[in-house]
Amino acid sequence: MTLQMSDIDPNRDRRPQIMEQAGGLLGNLIGRQQIWIMLAVISAYLFITEPTFRSIFNVCNILLDCSYIAFLAIGLTPLIISRNIDLAVGSILALSACLVVGLADTLGAMPAIAIALLAGMSVGLLNGLIVEILKLDSFIVTLAAMIGIRGLAFLFAGQDSLSTFNDSLMSLGLMSFGALSVIPIVVIVLAVTTQWALRRTVAGRNIHAIGGNRSAAVNAGIRIERYVIGAFIFSGLMASLAGVAMAANLSAANANFGQSYELWAIAAVVLGGTRLTGGSGSAINSFAAALMLSVLRNGMNLKHVESFYVLVTMGLALILALLIDKYLTYRRLKKSGG
Amino acid sequence: MTTTDRAMEPAQQVAPPRFLERKNWRAYTGQIGLLVPIVIFVIAVQAVAPQFLTISNILQVLRQAAAPGIIAIAVTYVVIAGRFDLSVGSILSLTSVLIVSYTNVYGPLTAVCIGLAAGVAVGVVNGFLVGYLNLNSVIGTLGTLSTVQGLTLIFTGGTNVAVKTVDAGGWFAFLGRGYIFGIPTPIIIFALITLVFEVLLKRTTFGRRLFAVGGNETASAFSGIRTGRVVFLTYVISGLMAACAAIIFSSRVMAAQNDGGSGYELTVLAGIILGGTSILGGSGSTIRSAVGVIILAFIQNGLLVAGLPYYAQWIVTWAVIILAVSADMIARRAGGAS
Repeated sequence: MTLQMSDIDPNRDRRPQIMEQAGGLLGNLIGRQQIWIMLAVISAYLFITEPTFRSIFNVCNILLDCSYIAFLAIGLTPLIISRNIDLAVGSILALSACLVVGLADTLGAMPAIAIALLAGMSVGLLNGLIVEILKLDSFIVTLAAMIGIRGLAFLFAGQDSLSTFNDSLMSLGLMSFGALSVIPIVVIVLAVTTQWALRRTVAGRNIHAIGGNRSAAVNAGIRIERYVIGAFIFSGLMASLAGVAMAANLSAANANFGQSYELWAIAAVVLGGTRLTGGSGSAINSFAAALMLSVLRNGMNLKHVESFYVLVTMGLALILALLIDKYLTYRRLKKSGG
Repeated sequence: MTTTDRAMEPAQQVAPPRFLERKNWRAYTGQIGLLVPIVIFVIAVQAVAPQFLTISNILQVLRQAAAPGIIAIAVTYVVIAGRFDLSVGSILSLTSVLIVSYTNVYGPLTAVCIGLAAGVAVGVVNGFLVGYLNLNSVIGTLGTLSTVQGLTLIFTGGTNVAVKTVDAGGWFAFLGRGYIFGIPTPIIIFALITLVFEVLLKRTTFGRRLFAVGGNETASAFSGIRTGRVVFLTYVISGLMAACAAIIFSSRVMAAQNDGGSGYELTVLAGIILGGTSILGGSGSTIRSAVGVIILAFIQNGLLVAGLPYYAQWIVTWAVIILAVSADMIARRAGGAS
């Protein structure tokens, strides 16, 4: 018998056989769409135990709250599928938010928004160029960019909060259908569109290919640079969209916006089932993961959990989700022969 | 089944960009590439602000670089093993808060022991999750970061703490504020730890195994190296060193803030990258990481002393990291020593 990885693998399965059999088809379903199961379970629990959770107002609140991380997560998904990463999205959010609020009074809402979005896309373009032309690793490049873009945000905005009285910007940001703000709707539309693009367009297939096996993609004639740079631009665009949305909603911005958002966005992407090693992923699941994180936070607020404990619970939830994901991946791989 | 945590691994081997294939003098770029801009920078700052290169300023900068430097030494181990540790900043916060609070109750010796134990405990948790359970290190340590941050806030109840009872002449104060032969104690401690860890890395079997695990984890596992244990130990060391840095940190100011360490992981990572350690794992040196952190500290200090606003540091740090890694990449591709 040939020596197999499972023989010397430190994570050799020690779990009882019955768990494997009980899994089966259900396990496969859970394995692929586990984020929706988690979301459903948590939501169901809160639905039953907290009457406030059920109110339309609360639901709309949750949807708005998760939108910003969701924007980032949706933008990150194609990039991570292509086996890159963008740590600068939080800082791009801050920069765009400050730009749109700072320029709205002098230039008008639309030009300010355009400049903010353009800024995000330019940062994405710059990062993409450095990664692909100079062949540097995206983690380092975007880590440096995270630091630098935050500096640019402070350069533009200074220490203070910026605010605007531009009516069209304010009305755009507060536009809503009853209690539901337009921002989550935009997020959902983008999630669906991005997912469709990833699955059904040539560009999307190529992104998967680049992440799955880069040399094979090169050999297949795919122009790697084009798609990776495009993915970076998309990530930058989503981040700046998040910044514009946040600033428009609040009619204010400061350079500290979006601190640590990138980490939670990446967490959402991973929780949504996208592997950081690339090759597979889903934008809709990333949105679901962002939503789940918001539901969790909201649930804890409703249960009057002290804010400090919320932080602890979010961290533990992250680790738990990772454990579940690891367990299910391991089981799936073991089933297919390791 | 691959269990490597190469989350941020760049593209698999691709041909270097055309324009680099010409001359071999580029091989030296890695070594002298960064030195030239640094020399220019130092001269420029010195011209504008002559107090930059004074002994007192240099010692001040080195003293401030001691805490992140010590952490960077330990995180270098983690990076060599192919993982990341994002929780070091919050471990610093937690342990400094613990040390300061318990000094008031039990005295410095017990407090320091409690702090070290706490750091090791978090390191053990990290090591278990990433080393033995093989969770993704970025998300896993993000979860720990969040949890530890929350625990810190719970412990202090949101307030910052200060030492009230220890007199200014005790050994505890000496650690942060004392001088040995005219050099501040933190610098001496930093230098000693760097040397000890470098020897540990290059001359012991543990160090050998560390490089092996980072270089090729599957091969190491097949060679009989307990990869899980090696990774576990790096995280324990990382937690321990974060606690040591906290001792020096809190001894200096005799107080601790809830978020005293937030953002440290960025500085540490930037210093490690600047020092030339590959984030893919498998190579690196604690001395180079220490140098990287020191260079970063001098750049930031130089910009401040020259009168530039605080955000200039970040923008320059961004450029420096990109330049440093490009220089290293050019040297590597040209086949020279890096």
